[in-house]
Amino acid sequence: MTSRIALTFERAHAQGERALIPYLTAGFPRLSETVGLLRALERGGADIIELGVPFSDPIADGPTIQASCAESLLQGTTLAAVLEMVREFRRESQVPIVLFGAYNPFLRYGLERLAHDASAAGADALLIPDLPVDEGEEAAAIIRGSGLDLVFLVAPTTPLERKRLICSKTSGFVYYISVKGVTGARESITFELEQPLAELRSVTTLPIAVGFGIATPAQAAAVGRLADGVIVGSALVKLVGEHAGSPDLPAKVEQYMRAMKEPLRGSSSPAALTQPLDKPTS
Amino acid sequence: MTVIREAFQPGLPDARGHFGIFGGRYVPETLMPVLLDLERQYLVLKDDRSFQAEVDDLLRNYVGRPTPLFAAERLSAALGGHLRIYLKREDLCHTGAHKINNTIGQALLAKRIGKPRVIAETGAGQHGVATATAAALLDLECDVFMGAEDIERQRLNVFRMELLGARVIPVTSGSSTLKDATNEAMRDWMARCDDTHYIIGSVVGPHPFPMMVRDFQSVIGREAREQILEREGRLPNAIIACVGGGSNAMGIFHPFASDAGVRFFGVEAAGHGLDSGAHAASIERGSVGVFHGAKSFVLQTDDGQITPAHSISAGLDYPGTGPEHSYYAASGRAEYVGITDAEALEGVKLLCRTEGIIPALETAHAIAFLAKQAERMSKDSIVLVNLSGRGDKDVFSIAKGLGKEI
Repeated sequence: MTSRIALTFERAHAQGERALIPYLTAGFPRLSETVGLLRALERGGADIIELGVPFSDPIADGPTIQASCAESLLQGTTLAAVLEMVREFRRESQVPIVLFGAYNPFLRYGLERLAHDASAAGADALLIPDLPVDEGEEAAAIIRGSGLDLVFLVAPTTPLERKRLICSKTSGFVYYISVKGVTGARESITFELEQPLAELRSVTTLPIAVGFGIATPAQAAAVGRLADGVIVGSALVKLVGEHAGSPDLPAKVEQYMRAMKEPLRGSSSPAALTQPLDKPTS
Repeated sequence: MTVIREAFQPGLPDARGHFGIFGGRYVPETLMPVLLDLERQYLVLKDDRSFQAEVDDLLRNYVGRPTPLFAAERLSAALGGHLRIYLKREDLCHTGAHKINNTIGQALLAKRIGKPRVIAETGAGQHGVATATAAALLDLECDVFMGAEDIERQRLNVFRMELLGARVIPVTSGSSTLKDATNEAMRDWMARCDDTHYIIGSVVGPHPFPMMVRDFQSVIGREAREQILEREGRLPNAIIACVGGGSNAMGIFHPFASDAGVRFFGVEAAGHGLDSGAHAASIERGSVGVFHGAKSFVLQTDDGQITPAHSISAGLDYPGTGPEHSYYAASGRAEYVGITDAEALEGVKLLCRTEGIIPALETAHAIAFLAKQAERMSKDSIVLVNLSGRGDKDVFSIAKGLGKEI
């Protein structure tokens, strides 16, 4: 059976689009708001959603996502509660959900139990930033055994041979980390994507999504010229934080998604897709 | 402790950095190529005679090695007179603790692999001072990450680091303590891996750190083995050392690992008590988890969130431990025990009064365990205690713990 993730990339490709992939920390600002925000992301044009499972010590994350994780944990978010959110969202949506989080909470839950429960709840994939391919064999077998994808990441430091190795182990898509360092919107940033993505294309036919530091429509447009999917994390989480407690929160999220999706719709805005790569506005 | 039965094998880690089920490299992909490269370069340097000669020269002429092995006769007498107790005097190293054995080694390594900048995490500031010292000596730029809480509590060490030319960067995320400083150092390393080497302060973190730090600290056990054989003509019956991350303990244990007759006792901080919820006993009360890049015993909730540790001793106040210690525990090669804050303070008093040595609060846990265990040890047993650090840095905490104002 073709997975929802594969179908999503195929459909986007057929329409000349790039997939918009927002990241949202589950349980932030409150558990009760997450499903509403997932719906707002979908209305705004999200093609795939990364739902963050919070961890107390997220070493790959910058200040924005760290703070959202800490707040979410204060609110009492657990992995079981996150799976419940997925189940509720899945009743009315076909947007693929990638559970995104540090390895320890998944390990503690039990990988077999997790694979079973996540699949039953309607999640599509797991993405574990601190589980490199070298340690991920056992987890990959268990997770894929339940029909879920396990997405591995490629970094700017990854040499060609290792890119080949990672691409042979990932499923669903390849996540390319655009810059060295942690997650987070950056005021000015130069994405050096041409060569690494060309290398990646030479070793895989899977879709490539690019994330870390992408905050503005112009940056999305620039990255979308080369990637199949554009991941937006910290900028969205920051927006959610700024409007926490406001009744306008879902509308703001939806509006931001529309702005980010616009340059990724190839047919509606071809000009945006040809903007120079290295001149994003901040 | 979760019971895992593994037969003990010396000679680990394996090629992928595993000690049985423990260890490994659980880090973001950005760091994987950096760690693979570091491992490759370290393994070459480990067998490079000119590198080893440089390390040995600085250990001898700068750090002050070999450190003495002192026969603690008055302490032995106070504990019943039936034991032959020896103290391995790491407190006499430059900067006052064993930490410098590792920072000198890693700073020389950074130089050899062309990294002009080093970073470190520090809790109480001991590892930060030892890193700043090595960086000053070897002309490396040095940034030390330290929790904002710890900066407040340890102003003296902050000033020492600054005096030595390091920059101390306050960390305000999480609980603003050692674990958060470690997170922040890893984040910095991800962004600056091209010009920066991360000098981890204990046998923790992703491979190759637990192996590398152990190797640099093993000078303690190699010297002690030679010294005890010379003095007593036989190996010790037991070795006792305190364990937070566990670098001083692994340093003295490791060269005796294949000597089956030598019992190892690792002493964890039991804080207010092992069942109080306020302790740092990751092995005795933790469970298997992945934290700071390795699989090991950690203090965590049922949902896999890391819980803050507590100890009167800042150097043991860490919710994880080295993967090799987890392996020693799971295989039964070493026994891990807990000593409370109150017992550690008694340990300080005991050593001060019998031998005229003020031990670090960390080290006092090992002394206190020895005092507790002494009556169970048979006559003429030889016991080595790793006197990992001196207590000058702790006099305010000790005074506070004893209810005295100074």
